[in-house]
Amino acid sequence: MTDEQTHPEYILLRHREIPDLDNLEVYRQHGGFEALQKAVASMKPDEVTNLVKASGLRGRGGAGFPTGVKWSFIDNKNWPHYVVANADESEPGTFKDREIMESNPFQFLEGVAICAYAIQAHAAYIYLRGEFWQIAATLDRQIAAMQAAGFLGENLFGTDYSLNIYTHLGAGAYICGEETAMLESLEGKLGQPRLRPPFPPSYGAFGKPTVVNNVETLTNVPLIIARGADWYHTIGPEKSPGPKIFSLSGCINRPGNYELPLGTTFRQLIFEHGGGIPNGRNVKAIMAAGASSSLIVANDVALDTPMDYESVPSVGAQLGSASIIVIDDSISIDWLINKTVHFFRHESCGKCTPCREGTFWMMHLTDRIVSGKAEWRDVELLQDVANQIKGKCLCALGDFSTEAVLSGIERFKVDFEKAAGVKDLETKPQLENA
Amino acid sequence: MNTLSEKYSQEITHILDKYPPDQKRAAVMPLLYLAQREKNYVTKSSLDEIAEILGISATEVASIVGFYSLYYDQPAGKYHVQVCTDLPCALRGAEQFLEKLCENLGIQVGETTPDGLVTIEHVMCLAGCDKAPMFQVQSGEGIAYHENQTVESAMDLIDQFRKQERRRNGHD
Amino acid sequence: MAKMVNLTIDGKPVTVPEGTLVVNAAKRVGVDIPVFCYHPKMEPVGMCRMCLVEIGRPVIDRATGQAALEADGALKIQVGPKLETACTTPVSEGMVVLGSTEKAKLGREDILEFLLTSHPLDCPICDKGGECPLQNLTMGFGPGESRYLYDEKMHLAKHVPLGELIYLDRERCIQCGRCVRFQEQVADDPVIGFFQRGRSWQIVTFSEPGFDSYFSGNTTDICPVGALTTTDFRFGARPWELNSAASVCTHCPVGCNLTFNVRREAAAGGKWVVKRAMPRQNEWVNEIWICDKGRFGHHYTESMERVTEPLMRKNGELTPVTWDEALGYVTECFQAASDGLLTLAGGRLSNEDLFNLRQLTAGLGGETALYTSMAGGDLTAQVGLGQGTNFSEMGPETAILVVACDLEEEAPIWWLRVKQAAARGARLIVLNPRPTKTDRSATDVLRYPYGSEAAAVLALLNALSTKRPDLPETGQALARDPVFQSVAKAFAAAQNGVVIFGSEGTSLESSQALAQACANLLIVTDHVGRANNGLLGVWQRANDQGAWDMGFRPIPNLKESMKSASALYIVAADPAGDDPSLAEAADFLVVQDLFLTGTAKLADVVLPVQAFTEREGSFTSGERRVQRFYPAIPESPGSFADFSITAQIGQRLGMNMESRNAASVMAQIALQVPDYAGLSYTKLAEVVEQWPIVGREDLYYGGTSYENRQGIGVQLAPAVQRGASVSLSWIQPAQVGSVQATPAQTGLIAVPVTRLYDRGQMLLPSKILHLRLPEPYVALNPAEAGRLKIEDGATVEVTVTGVVVRVTVRLDEGLPEGIVLTPRSLGIPITGPTPVSLKVVDRVVA
Repeated sequence: MTDEQTHPEYILLRHREIPDLDNLEVYRQHGGFEALQKAVASMKPDEVTNLVKASGLRGRGGAGFPTGVKWSFIDNKNWPHYVVANADESEPGTFKDREIMESNPFQFLEGVAICAYAIQAHAAYIYLRGEFWQIAATLDRQIAAMQAAGFLGENLFGTDYSLNIYTHLGAGAYICGEETAMLESLEGKLGQPRLRPPFPPSYGAFGKPTVVNNVETLTNVPLIIARGADWYHTIGPEKSPGPKIFSLSGCINRPGNYELPLGTTFRQLIFEHGGGIPNGRNVKAIMAAGASSSLIVANDVALDTPMDYESVPSVGAQLGSASIIVIDDSISIDWLINKTVHFFRHESCGKCTPCREGTFWMMHLTDRIVSGKAEWRDVELLQDVANQIKGKCLCALGDFSTEAVLSGIERFKVDFEKAAGVKDLETKPQLENA
Repeated sequence: MNTLSEKYSQEITHILDKYPPDQKRAAVMPLLYLAQREKNYVTKSSLDEIAEILGISATEVASIVGFYSLYYDQPAGKYHVQVCTDLPCALRGAEQFLEKLCENLGIQVGETTPDGLVTIEHVMCLAGCDKAPMFQVQSGEGIAYHENQTVESAMDLIDQFRKQERRRNGHD
Repeated sequence: MAKMVNLTIDGKPVTVPEGTLVVNAAKRVGVDIPVFCYHPKMEPVGMCRMCLVEIGRPVIDRATGQAALEADGALKIQVGPKLETACTTPVSEGMVVLGSTEKAKLGREDILEFLLTSHPLDCPICDKGGECPLQNLTMGFGPGESRYLYDEKMHLAKHVPLGELIYLDRERCIQCGRCVRFQEQVADDPVIGFFQRGRSWQIVTFSEPGFDSYFSGNTTDICPVGALTTTDFRFGARPWELNSAASVCTHCPVGCNLTFNVRREAAAGGKWVVKRAMPRQNEWVNEIWICDKGRFGHHYTESMERVTEPLMRKNGELTPVTWDEALGYVTECFQAASDGLLTLAGGRLSNEDLFNLRQLTAGLGGETALYTSMAGGDLTAQVGLGQGTNFSEMGPETAILVVACDLEEEAPIWWLRVKQAAARGARLIVLNPRPTKTDRSATDVLRYPYGSEAAAVLALLNALSTKRPDLPETGQALARDPVFQSVAKAFAAAQNGVVIFGSEGTSLESSQALAQACANLLIVTDHVGRANNGLLGVWQRANDQGAWDMGFRPIPNLKESMKSASALYIVAADPAGDDPSLAEAADFLVVQDLFLTGTAKLADVVLPVQAFTEREGSFTSGERRVQRFYPAIPESPGSFADFSITAQIGQRLGMNMESRNAASVMAQIALQVPDYAGLSYTKLAEVVEQWPIVGREDLYYGGTSYENRQGIGVQLAPAVQRGASVSLSWIQPAQVGSVQATPAQTGLIAVPVTRLYDRGQMLLPSKILHLRLPEPYVALNPAEAGRLKIEDGATVEVTVTGVVVRVTVRLDEGLPEGIVLTPRSLGIPITGPTPVSLKVVDRVVA
């Protein structure tokens, strides 16, 4: 089965059906900005929020919080309001927001604008990770095009509502994907998480009420406004309606983004869409939420589990941002968690003791385990340290750093026993085009 | 001392206009990218100048430079070739790719080629996981992605940089 | 009246105001929840995670909205699944805080184990050992063994000078952020910061000079490990070897409470040596902070240059003599001089010294004079800050006017307290000829030309009461300014009003006009006679207020009076050193001082004195708080305190004067000086429980500043608060002038300003500060300098009152043109605004 033949209508990755959708005129021709006009010219801000609430849209950045409910929390006694779009996409295995911004940018920008209107913000920032330099430059041009065409700026659609959208580049810090760290970074301070409460809808950018939403989340909004909440519920399961982009990577024949309804199973994604595992290997483990995942043992029960927020926990993991990394049976899990631990050690902001010291300690332990210089008690110590970090940190990064470690040791014990006992074990994957 | 303000005054104004007028500090990140344009790192004098423009202390600006991976306070190569070796790329051979690339260039990871052209670094996930092996090149002009790479295509690209440099120096 | 909240902490019931943090509520019932990053004087950040506790809250039934109950009727409590930080959690009704459960205890052990992974085993060589919160908490809550491998520790630089006053050991740092937050939030000098991230997060400074802040020493008190240490004390002694004595700083009129730590040293020949000066808690004066001048500027007391024996001029040379001979001769000459005696005293002296000086001089019918160029001490005695004033309580209902003052330079801790009041909502009005650091926290910033300070204040007054037609033009112009008018109205409308006046660009005469104008403003706006209202003078010396109270006044024509006196008794003042043209001394000159000053070198008799560290006494701060200081080290044999020497002379003259102990002199002061009635050393030694709790067994909470067990002092009430009536005194126009408005003066005018670090006798012996002491300099506006063809850094000769001094020129954009900013105590003899000429000697070589 290929995309072109049997894929239902694209809601988010519409450029796969409509060429040159990143051209403003083409976007317009396909219903572009009609939702924005409908919202600004004929709906009250509250009505927009209620419609998004009714749609059941949940945040697509990993937390899955009901989007409309978040918008409704905005403090209407404190002004001005801001929207900050989270385009920091730094979770390993995640590259969906990138495709949206590269190829269907105007739907995203329209979503930002509708959100801004709903909370009566007159300035919106798109916080992009620093590496998305080219994307930011292009977005700047596209924002200018929208301004020239009257879709941004003063007195939109003849009303007194005005809005400007600005891009802001990060500079290489995963922690800035955490919403309060992102706001600190936007303000020109160190990108470190704040104490919560207060949450951004009360105290956000520059101390003002702010809605922070993921790129994919916002890209859903125009079609919800255009087609209604009932329509949105026709896609996906009841508790998690709407389309979801799954980023598929790792030991897989066809890595890439797949827009599918929530509730699609792992098996369908990996084998039907993703083309299965290369080199005749079998799938050993699945990480569903990028590097922040627990490792799912890829048995039949797991493979047939629907990928939605409610079902994935039944196999001991979270769906998170739906960044599906496929691990085949050539990979030793101790090598894998050494990679994830290195990632978290590099990205730990340093503010709180358990994450700062703990990720550093775990890195030394996994380095020793992978290089064959460890004994079993080092593996046990690694578990201890991970458990010591869990539940004590200022933000979720610390907890996330322990997920793969603890689930890896528990569910793939053999790999660690080998690593702790046997000296030379080839664990690295071979270069495909050597 | 006022080199940035002299050279880029319009751009600086444009940057400051993006943020609320009483929140000038928010412009520190874009201004640091501006400061890196000439030499691909932030000099002490640009740091001091940015501090003055924004009304914050030099130490506060330095903190930002130190915190973020894409700001450099030391000179290195003209082009930072930053190869992703994070988990998803590593599952597709990124580590071997980096090893071979370093071998071909004759330097270790973190080092700069003797002609000062290229510094090789390994970095965390760049959101190019479906196009591994891949890397980004950071220079004063910004960041560009190069994906679905082989060692050959990477060496070709570096050769192009070399040719460009020679042309630039030839015209001086 | 704040709403009160009831909760239990480890089973103990406690009731505290709403908004109290759990960690502070715990203190109220004697439960010490361990912390590192939390500090009671700063906003909580929840970074170190040391204060993790279990917290249970009453369950609210979603259906009814009521609190759910257990079977026995008790509130149903749900304990949260995760440990929470006590420092960031405010109390709530019915909360149950559990800090002693297994989970909480393990949590603390875990955090300590983490902190100790890369922390070096430096205790044997670390200055903090013995007063180290990390040590204490590890002993109390930490694991017994480390599971971390030594070779995997993060190794970082260990002797990093953050500037030359403070050293950083990056390995010891536990990234609590207290130092960075103190500098940012409290001191408003964000000159240290964090660099890199994760385990590599470390402290750096990018200011020039490094750690460029007058408050840097305080970070070593609040650092919970030995990462930040002072060069002054580094490798000096172990805290448990030190004895402590309560004292009061002698550098400025704030009167910060100090504790001197002393030790007997073999290297000093068995003498007791002052090892360091630490803050002592006094929430009414300096809270728990001191500035670096007070912390590092105590070395003058131990200088080898001090005079140790009485000297008498014989055959033209000053020769050592016995006390008997010296005092005998002095007595003889004073008797002969009789009412021709002029006693000139400086504000470094204690109340007891000054009282005895006055007794002696009055007994002979002579005249006393205070060596200062700042007036107004009599006005503060009338309309000064009301008894009960505390800057910490000032908030939105208070307006503070700071006029003719660079507050951070003249009295750093007042600057800090005023800044905090402004942060709490007080209306801060800054009225000064040039920008100063106070502008940053100000609500209103107003300017006037140098020399028009009194006119500026009267301009404010004119907006509120009868217009005076005889104000000079500058005053009229300012009075017409709508900003001046609205600021004046705001000041009047505030419930409380304080006026702080300094000596920026003033002379003695203009200072008198300024002080009177300020007093008038307060009287007219009814901001006198109550706590948190009144006049505050930023005196030039620590005990100038005490001097005024003991009857000393500056006299207008000091030079003439000195020349015409038959005998001059100069105590703790160096007029000839400040201004060589004052060198023409009287017939008979006695100098009583610590050092052989420029004046002493001209004397007939030089009498050495004890430093304040060697004796007792009392000082009266600018806020009119009388505070006691205690001896820190034993007196040298054969030495006397100032009051004792004076009394001995008096006794030889047949007067009944107290020479043996300061307490008895205070008893006399209490009887004879009406404002000081009822005071005694016992009263001055009284203490009360202060908040936050510092020192004691709980070092990690407030830092290593010392608990105050030897006296918080007594604040006097100004006369108007005691019922005296006070009236306005109108100043004649001639006294309200402008330096630049006078047509004759079209050239450059030098104006005196105060710098915290100068080259005065009390600071030069502190070698540790030498890199911070400015070279003699003057400052010019760059445009002005351009016109004169003088570059930044050029050497010029400046001629002031006929004296030529070589100085460097600095450029300062904030200065008005035509003004030469001339700091005091750098060797340029300036006492007031004066015409000046500059001659370039050395251009800057490019």
